[in-house]
Amino acid sequence: MIEFRGVTKRFPDGTVAVHELDLVAEQGRITVFVGPSGCGKTTSVRMINRMIEPTSGELRVDGRDVLAGDPADLRRGIGYVIQQAGLFPHRTIVDNIATVPVLLGRGRREGRSRAMELMETVGLDPSMARRYPNQLSGGQQQRVGVARALAADPPVLLMDEPFSAVDPVVRENLQDELLRLQSELGKTIVFVTHDIDEAIKLGDKVAVFRVGGTLAQYDEPGVLLSRPVDEFVDTFVGRDRGYRGLGFLSSDTIPIGELPTVGLGDPVPEQGWHAVLDGERRPLGWIDGGHRPGGATVSEGDVVPGGSLYPVGSGSLRGALDAALSSPSGRGVAVDADGRVAGSISADDVLTALPDARRHDPAA
Amino acid sequence: MTYLGWLFSSENWAGSAENPGIAQRLVEHLGYTALTLLIALVIALPLGAWIGHTGRGGLMVVGIANALRALPTLGLLVLLFLAVGLGLLGPLIALVILAVPPLLAGTYSGVANVDPSIVDAAKGMGMRGPEVLFKVELPNALPLIIGGVRSALLQVISTATIAAYVGLGGLGRFILDGLSQRDFPQMIGGSILVALLAIVADLLLGGLQRLLVSPGLQQRGAQAGPGRLRLIRGGAGTDRARAA
Ligand SMILES: Nc1ncnc2c1ncn2[C@@H]1O[C@H](COP(=O)(O)OP(=O)(O)OP(=O)(O)O)[C@@H](O)[C@H]1O
Ligand SMILES: [Mg+2]
Repeated sequence: MIEFRGVTKRFPDGTVAVHELDLVAEQGRITVFVGPSGCGKTTSVRMINRMIEPTSGELRVDGRDVLAGDPADLRRGIGYVIQQAGLFPHRTIVDNIATVPVLLGRGRREGRSRAMELMETVGLDPSMARRYPNQLSGGQQQRVGVARALAADPPVLLMDEPFSAVDPVVRENLQDELLRLQSELGKTIVFVTHDIDEAIKLGDKVAVFRVGGTLAQYDEPGVLLSRPVDEFVDTFVGRDRGYRGLGFLSSDTIPIGELPTVGLGDPVPEQGWHAVLDGERRPLGWIDGGHRPGGATVSEGDVVPGGSLYPVGSGSLRGALDAALSSPSGRGVAVDADGRVAGSISADDVLTALPDARRHDPAA
Repeated sequence: MTYLGWLFSSENWAGSAENPGIAQRLVEHLGYTALTLLIALVIALPLGAWIGHTGRGGLMVVGIANALRALPTLGLLVLLFLAVGLGLLGPLIALVILAVPPLLAGTYSGVANVDPSIVDAAKGMGMRGPEVLFKVELPNALPLIIGGVRSALLQVISTATIAAYVGLGGLGRFILDGLSQRDFPQMIGGSILVALLAIVADLLLGGLQRLLVSPGLQQRGAQAGPGRLRLIRGGAGTDRARAA
């Protein structure tokens, strides 16, 4: 757990980067700091590992005042991932990752075997172990940066815009992997970004900063979307927040309706949209029924691609609505955990379920 | 042709008791060079590393190093001769003063110019000052440090000929004796030997650089190439100026 109590940072030139910050980053959770450029996110996060010392206020990591002990000891117990990875160019990947274990005196051999394990954990091919950072892609370097921060198994992880230098596809990939990792590791993570979408995707709680280093709002992402405290947060959270907010509402109450289906090789239905299924009852797409001049059976060439699928039991209202809207028939295909067709949903069903979902949502 | 004859005469290589040959002069020359470089490294390496690491006193040291660079070595030698008399000490001091600036500049700029984000990452991971210096800054500065050693070595090898002016040995003897005896093959042969020695030493250091510098930095090491060429040309120029 990381506690800021009235923490202020004033730089020697008079700039107040962080002003009276009160915030608790909870144990085992991802807390995201988000806000426009220059609002003090980096300064706040660097005060946690004492790369910057607070001017006033109190800052505790797991109950210990950061200013109490030796800064190097503090930092060895806190993983730190920075933008552009900051890897050591003169060291191989495996030795980069083993840095902190070796610093802690665990020996090079043990450090390296730990590093090899971690390469697998973060999804790096072990054959890259002997390469140097300049032989890796940006996304791979970031993975090494994460592995290096995790090497000594610190309870706290600080990540300052770790994914901002990679392209959107790799970025999304890295975000998913971080969430997967976190579900296994349960670290206390403070994650800095200037991208509100990234904040909402990753954060268990999101702290929105405004320029001048004050906290504008600190809430769960769903609350941030449904109830921004003021105009600044509203604007910052951005367009479509109503729609995006559906992503945090449970869709359990939506009724699953009938779905007309047809198999490959079956006769073409007389009229209306039918979902085309394979032998395992998995959806392949849609076919619009009606008279066909040539053949009378459904072939692969007739199949119109379907929209997104709606997983029953684990989906959100946003997913359900998107499934309905992206389907050519206007009805979204609902599937069970094995990907087999369970029925259909309509956009109207989603909207009908909305008030109920709002009432049951603890965040709203 | 005649100086090639002088160079390839086995008599000239062996020499005699009262008139030492090329082999012995070569060893003497290498001895002066090695001793000079050793002393200069002991002075410049820690100083340059410390200044580069702390960022304190950098401007002052660079200024002093540049001032030292401007001193005419031969004039300095005469001054030292008047101060400390004949013997090894005078030329040794003059040569050390010549060798320190490139070593200091190489070490200082090598350490000071390590990418700040890497140094920041090192500190953020919990490295203390000396660990940052030895585990991160010096390994990353190595290409520039070795660049400094190469340029110092070239200058010392070419300038160690001045030892002959104060009655010591080394390859400078052939140049000086050849000049006074109007024995041009001997004089030119001596100069060629100095130049060859410098080239061989530089090639050896180049090989050493490839061995010592991390492969992860080799691209940056290659960038030191043009700078090194400039130093060779500079070294040869000053050599001619001094010999004249
Ligand atoms: N060493 C320093 N000296 C003076 N002012 C500083 C220093 N470091 C940061 N600042 C100022 O403090 C403020 C906050 O900086 P900080 O780096 O924390 O912002 P940030 O939220 O991380 O911004 P970005 O999204 O651009 O990274 C800025 O106005 C910055 O100019
Ligand atoms: Mg920042």
